[in-house]
Amino acid sequence: MTVVGYLVNAISLGALYALIAVSVGLVFGVLRQINLAQGEVITFGAYSLWLMRTLPTWLAIVLCFGVCIAASLLLQVAVFRPLRGASPLTTLIATFGVSYGLEALWLIVFGPSGNTVSMLTNLNLTVVGGTVALRWITLVEIGAAAVLLSGLLYLLFRSSLGMRMRATAEDLRAARLVGVRIGRVVTWAFVLSGASAAVVAVLATVQTPLVTPTFGLNLIIFALVGVVLGGLDHLGRATAGGFIVGFVNSLLGSVLPEQQLVYVTSLTFLFVVIVLMVRPAGLLAPRGANVERV
Amino acid sequence: MTRSRLRLAAELVGPLALVGVVALVAAHLSTSDQTDAINVLVTATIVVGLYVFIGNSGVISFGQISFVAVGAFVAGIYTTPVSTRHTTMPDLFGFLGRPVLTNMESILLAAGIGAVFALIVGLALMRLSGLSAGIATFAVLEITYDILANWGKIGPGPTTLASVPVTTGVGQATIGCAVAVVLAFTYQRSRSCRMLRASRADPLAARGIGVSIFRHRLGAFVLSGAICGFAGALYVHALGSINVTEVYLALTFSTLAMLVVGGSQSLWGATLGGILLGILSSFLSNAENGTSVFGLSFTLPNGLSSIIFAILFVGALMLFPRGLTRNREFLAKALGERSDKHRLGVGLSSTAARGGDGPEAGDTDGAPAAATTAHAAASAEPEK
Repeated sequence: MTVVGYLVNAISLGALYALIAVSVGLVFGVLRQINLAQGEVITFGAYSLWLMRTLPTWLAIVLCFGVCIAASLLLQVAVFRPLRGASPLTTLIATFGVSYGLEALWLIVFGPSGNTVSMLTNLNLTVVGGTVALRWITLVEIGAAAVLLSGLLYLLFRSSLGMRMRATAEDLRAARLVGVRIGRVVTWAFVLSGASAAVVAVLATVQTPLVTPTFGLNLIIFALVGVVLGGLDHLGRATAGGFIVGFVNSLLGSVLPEQQLVYVTSLTFLFVVIVLMVRPAGLLAPRGANVERV
Repeated sequence: MTRSRLRLAAELVGPLALVGVVALVAAHLSTSDQTDAINVLVTATIVVGLYVFIGNSGVISFGQISFVAVGAFVAGIYTTPVSTRHTTMPDLFGFLGRPVLTNMESILLAAGIGAVFALIVGLALMRLSGLSAGIATFAVLEITYDILANWGKIGPGPTTLASVPVTTGVGQATIGCAVAVVLAFTYQRSRSCRMLRASRADPLAARGIGVSIFRHRLGAFVLSGAICGFAGALYVHALGSINVTEVYLALTFSTLAMLVVGGSQSLWGATLGGILLGILSSFLSNAENGTSVFGLSFTLPNGLSSIIFAILFVGALMLFPRGLTRNREFLAKALGERSDKHRLGVGLSSTAARGGDGPEAGDTDGAPAAATTAHAAASAEPEK
């Protein structure tokens, strides 16, 4: 039972990171640019939940989606569009700058000690007690991720928008030549990315209700490293990479002795570095994949 | 002297002269302003260290500040008196408890440790493709921070290591920064660096002519690690204290910003960016404690300086995607360097200059990686 508990918890954290990886991967797929500021979209969503704490829960969640999607679109208009044509590295550093500035803003507006979102607290009750407690939120996380990821799969492979997105990711110029409106595809990528950020914001704040200025940044760095672990070039592998990082992180947290727990982050990252040493193109990339593509 | 020789001389003299000007001004400042000037010089040294890897290879790294951190802690611990070490850090490993090094020894040791650490990291990560390697270096920064902040056996952990002898004055900071500039200059004239720059312009073509991207990237990474470790030692000896949070994300961002705003692909850009934005940054943080400009005194609310810095940075990137120096060396254009059209040195912002698609696309700079071109061209498309 203990092992099952560990595994379920690990799967749920993996699912959360997979969702973050998706929200980064969607934009990367169409633009080939990494959005480090995506973490701040999550933070903003989490703070918006705190600001709307007096509203009914369902309304707060709906509004949180609105806030995240709006923030994501704002990033597109204010940062990505002016920098269009810039190299991926310029955009990466620019979004790092946006992230840094917003973090300072959260610090001024909301203070350093964090705000507690007491929403859906019932979900933190345990389903099964015992040596490893399973909380409802773990199950909700797994369920939400499963539903969303399959919905995304359906969208990407069974809808016209999905086909256009995949075509854009495959070869932007050719996609445009056959009549895909790239601008719309990009906008949709940001909308979907904002929506997944909102899901992450809701789930993460239920799981760890204390929202601090670095709330989203910590999540995004982890998820991004996971994306690289899986393989930056491919949305499916990137998502799986995010999942693996969360899974390993949670398992390490379960098996490490108490006084070593502070090193969970380091050990997870060390695991990633070692894997990348052996498989530079990503853990899940096919053997012989061209490393120097991006 | 031929023009190309003049250009070569300017490439070195420009950055050195700039460092010299800062030193001259600093020598005439009050003591408190001098501290700021030293800080600017040390930051510029870090930026030059970043440039050696990021500028020449076109690969971003978020990990170089870990080498600064390790250098700072090694130099700091080894110069603190033994008795202080035992009282403030009782859990320290035996080998860290003993010899007390002089200032110069500790600086050299820090550079060495920085290089060794960079070698280990580089062996693990330099095989990755450009963007992936960049993000993976985040892992290095996080690991270094986590270990330094928690492990009492190798340092002060979360507490501040105080009572480090303050030995870096204006003189030492100036010489240190100049040494970094000379090292970076010597390196960028080398055969290895030229091959690295070829790989920056076009990885596939470079590999096609037999360039080992891995080996040359690793070389630049190690040299950059050495300079960063060296700068870390200067940092700790200038401040007299170090806390692990000072050498983490904020410093990573601000130094990267300086490099990119200056122009990440030229030594002149790195030096200029480091010094200009270093001055701006110390002005802004002073303004949080109250300052006066032209008789107008004002105080910025706490934390606002970071926001202003970030806004100026992102704005500068939009106005000058290739940096204030447009990635050119000092006076390179005036001394008749051919325009970017014919030049190989592109990369970090290579696609920045690419306008629309098709033959009128402005700077075609020898980076025809098909995917990148296609994406850059298309994202230049009006999005409506």
